[in-house]
Amino acid sequence: MSSAADVVGPDRTAPPPEGQDFPPGMAGLWQRAWLNIRTGNLGPLPIIVGLVIVVALFGLTATNFFTAVNFVNLIEETAGTAMLAYGVVFVLLLGEIDLSIGYVAGIGALVVAELQLPGSGHQLNGILAMLIAVAACAGIGLVQGSIIAFVGVPSFVVTLGGFLIWQGVILNVLEQRGTIIIQDRWINYTDLYIFSHWLGWLIAGIFTVFYPLSVLYKAIVARGTQIAQQNWRVVALRAAGIGVAAFGTVAICNHGRIISTPEGLPLALVIVVLFFVLLTFLAKWTTFGRHVYAVGGSAEAARRAGISVPRIRVLVFMISGATAGIGGIIFASQVNSVALTFPPGNLLLNAIASAVIGGVSLFGGRGEVRGALLGAALIGTLQNGLNTLNVSNGWIYIVTGLVLLFAVTLDTFAVRLQKRSGR
Amino acid sequence: MATNDTPLLELRDISKSFGSVQALVDVDFEVRPGEVMALVGDNGAGKSTLIKCIAGTHMADSGQILFEGRDVHIHGPRDAAQLGIEVVYQDLALADNLDVVQNMFLGREINIWQILNEAAMEERTSTTLSSLAVTTIKSIRQTVATLSGGQRQSVAVARAVMWDSKVVILDEPTAALGVAQTEQVLALVRRLGEQGLGVVIISHNLHDVFETADRITVLRLGRNVGVYDRRTTTQQTIVEAITAGRPTKVSGIPSTAEAQV
Repeated sequence: MSSAADVVGPDRTAPPPEGQDFPPGMAGLWQRAWLNIRTGNLGPLPIIVGLVIVVALFGLTATNFFTAVNFVNLIEETAGTAMLAYGVVFVLLLGEIDLSIGYVAGIGALVVAELQLPGSGHQLNGILAMLIAVAACAGIGLVQGSIIAFVGVPSFVVTLGGFLIWQGVILNVLEQRGTIIIQDRWINYTDLYIFSHWLGWLIAGIFTVFYPLSVLYKAIVARGTQIAQQNWRVVALRAAGIGVAAFGTVAICNHGRIISTPEGLPLALVIVVLFFVLLTFLAKWTTFGRHVYAVGGSAEAARRAGISVPRIRVLVFMISGATAGIGGIIFASQVNSVALTFPPGNLLLNAIASAVIGGVSLFGGRGEVRGALLGAALIGTLQNGLNTLNVSNGWIYIVTGLVLLFAVTLDTFAVRLQKRSGR
Repeated sequence: MATNDTPLLELRDISKSFGSVQALVDVDFEVRPGEVMALVGDNGAGKSTLIKCIAGTHMADSGQILFEGRDVHIHGPRDAAQLGIEVVYQDLALADNLDVVQNMFLGREINIWQILNEAAMEERTSTTLSSLAVTTIKSIRQTVATLSGGQRQSVAVARAVMWDSKVVILDEPTAALGVAQTEQVLALVRRLGEQGLGVVIISHNLHDVFETADRITVLRLGRNVGVYDRRTTTQQTIVEAITAGRPTKVSGIPSTAEAQV
């Protein structure tokens, strides 16, 4: 279920240039698609194609890549990165950067682990512990964002400071305490809870009807205006694609079997998709989201329009902190503990790369939440596939780097084409 | 000028200094409903500072601002907007990555519990644009980046007008435009005046000023030089006033005349 609600927001597609009116029917659809390709208006297409190629390639070469168990593994590995990447999208939309999220995720995991610790005297219910941890991470975002927005220190510097500080805090605590084991079942559920088969199907059904319903809702609410105009064939195709993805995902998950326990749809994926819908709504349907795009496009224009630019900046860094916290909890849940090795791998850089591969501009104002999900899926699949091929970590980094470079180069060309064709 | 209406906006004895630099000294300025008032002067004459005092970006050190005869205090852009004063800036305060509708409503989106009402915004945008006879924009859902300079300026002006504004201030509206686009924007400026708004146009280009303005206020070195009626004056007079005009008010000496009104 890659993009359950990718266009729930106002339709931003520019009209065809002068004198281009498409005939109805399939012929018109192809003409439109071809025009979009020629003018560099690719949308998420390249990354979906890339994902298909990567999956096909590993499916053919690695023996244990194309298994249901590995598929569930992949989801559980990637969920946390995707959560962090969501926050990165908002920060990049402002044209800022948040380098601290890797270790803020670590703080989230640490807080949650500490608060659930049995016999510590401050043991809390797991859900409460998670809420407090996420709030703490949003608080970190509040402090860092305030320094950026009100004092005017560049975000690169502030969050680089945060990177070091939170790393230091984690080191101090964990060097003393060693690994903290997480026993609370609610916390461990975030990554590892598996839905029963029929619940999985039900969830797939809900996500499948969500997109057509959102389009229908928009068409009714905004009757007679341009945003309500939809190419119903495209909508039908997208809806079908989402349905296939959703039911396909559940089908594969349900099929898997680890030793004796049957597998199913992991909660982690549901969380990630729910946040995708929620954050897409926030970005595209609310005044706050509109202001984020405006500040990223032109902070001066936003300021003159009466938007409080510092307020938007602070809120965005709070979102970034909160999503990092949630991602951190998911990562901790994956291994039922917090250890000195946290955050795993290149978490920060993977999250930023996910958003950038997903087409979010580093210069602000351009990009969508779905980019983070697709980018994280591509990077996750790539790294997972290379792992199953027993490729060394060095090569995994090199390949990830090349894909990042390729994606951004392609995007740069696309933007140039768009400019040339005046769209 | 024959109209005896109270000025929509009247500034009296406005002074403003930045450190030791006196940007404005006892400047008077007014604009009446339905008239286009040009504000001209050389670089550094204080045009922009005066505008910023009206728009709330700067606060005047001393002096009085009257709006529809009432004494008002403008402490920020919001205050100005609430009175019905809108400024269209030279460097176009539009966000390139947003479309026409989104820019028109930037900062004042129609919403229910923070959720955008796109349909209402789109509708109001198209009525506003057509009431101003802005017809060259093909789709109001295209991003502003794809518009020509004249179209962008039209959007900026339309945005200023949409909010039941009474005074619209245009800062160099034609500075970056070609001939045809300039005509397009000047026609729009005249239409604003015809609709009963008070319009202030700041320009270096006397051709533009004589094309649109009813009266012309000349500033020089932060002081008033005079207010001229467009129909009874010549470009030559205005040029002289801009480059060598004598201030009408000198501190210590009571103001002599409302020169040549």
